[in-house]
Amino acid sequence: MSKRELTLEVMRYDPEQDTEPYFQSYSVPCEQDWAILDALNYVKEEIDTTLSYRWSCHMMVCGSCGMMVNGEPSLTCKTFVRDLPDHVRIEPLANMPIERDLVVVLDDPMEKMHRARPWIIRQDDPPPPDQEYVQSRAALFKFKQYTMCVNCMCCYSACPQYALDQNFIGPAALALAHRYNLDSRDQGKSQRLDILADYDGVWECSFVGACSEVCPKSVDPAAAIQQMKVDGAIEWWKQKLPGGKS
Amino acid sequence: MSRRPYVRPVSNTRWYLSNGRYRRYILREVTCLLVGFYCFLTIWALAVLATGSADRWNEFLASQQNAAMAALHAFALIYYLIYMTFDWFQLAPKAMPLQFGEHKVSARTIILAHYAAWAAVTAFVAWLVGVIP
Amino acid sequence: MSIAKKAVVWGLFAAGGTISAFLFPALIGLFLLVAIDKVPPGLEFGSISAFASHWVGKSILFLVIFLSLWHAAHRLRVVFHDFGVRKDKAVANAVYLVAAIGTVVTAFYLYLM
Repeated sequence: MSKRELTLEVMRYDPEQDTEPYFQSYSVPCEQDWAILDALNYVKEEIDTTLSYRWSCHMMVCGSCGMMVNGEPSLTCKTFVRDLPDHVRIEPLANMPIERDLVVVLDDPMEKMHRARPWIIRQDDPPPPDQEYVQSRAALFKFKQYTMCVNCMCCYSACPQYALDQNFIGPAALALAHRYNLDSRDQGKSQRLDILADYDGVWECSFVGACSEVCPKSVDPAAAIQQMKVDGAIEWWKQKLPGGKS
Repeated sequence: MSRRPYVRPVSNTRWYLSNGRYRRYILREVTCLLVGFYCFLTIWALAVLATGSADRWNEFLASQQNAAMAALHAFALIYYLIYMTFDWFQLAPKAMPLQFGEHKVSARTIILAHYAAWAAVTAFVAWLVGVIP
Repeated sequence: MSIAKKAVVWGLFAAGGTISAFLFPALIGLFLLVAIDKVPPGLEFGSISAFASHWVGKSILFLVIFLSLWHAAHRLRVVFHDFGVRKDKAVANAVYLVAAIGTVVTAFYLYLM
């Protein structure tokens, strides 16, 4: 297969030397079946070993290689050069501080994922050790798509509300919470809603929908958030009824 | 190795200009101005109606009869249909997942159901006011 | 931490959005017909008065206007935020006040009918 010459314009930033980021160009001879991550690996191995970026599995399951490719938050292992023009601009994920080159600080989104209480919450006593929680396929299908999140944080990069206000909990955290709220084994919905339907929580979302459009795993966080708004609205009224607050 | 994370500035007032997805979102959100406008136009009509005078009502209708208003309503109708009604229907399946046993109702089905319901409602209103017999 | 009052606001916004999505094209269509001098018989004084005097007509008109006003107000609040105006509490009070005034005025005129 003949190679294709791609020009990569990569954002660089060295915190010890630079006051602000700048672009550096690399010319990369790409195989036709490469992902843009392969092009970056070529740069690092053959042209410029100082280039820093995260990657791991190269198969869309670890979520490490998220970057802006021509302005679109993407997994670079899932973005193929055959779908790209000859000139490709690569930047670190938007809306997050740049640590160095293409590496971003992920502390804020990670903390928010934890706020979703992403574990099965039970109100009653656990079953005896020789008994399992039974769950039908139908019950599994209700929440399965929300389990597909690989924590790549592309959705946080796409979300303009997060860009404008970092207090917003954000798409992945809310989708994760919804995954548990929909799980038939879980009994923690009102507890999660108390946290996530607070002032800066799920209501900050104005349903731009960009998160779901960029999600590489088709999790559809926008859907999770709208459903959580419905849940939150209903739960607010339920808690006002006598004996409602649990 | 010292850390000095760089925060890229985001424009509060111009962020939506940067890509088509955001521009379309803003075009959708400003339909609220149309909703507000037609609410107040309807309230004005109600105020005239509440005077109990057929003459005042006919005067009101006459005041609404001109090319400028016609152009405004025509534009508003098309803009509203595209950026409010049809957009709302596209988003509806996300807020109302339907699953029967192991079968999930497809988004397309839900959207088509919305269109059908909208056509029925519009036809009903048209019949009510005598536009269709 | 508890569910914010925004839950109520959002619920009304969603209801208003659904109602206005379904009904406003027809409403705008009616104004368009009037503008091009094709006033339908249902908008003649006699018929429309009868409709707005009946409790069913009043309920429909009130519900549609109240929820649509609320929807527009809440969305306008978000629009202000999206355009960079960050005084959320002040904007919220202003838009909801206008929606409330519109609602009260509507109720008043419907009461007079």
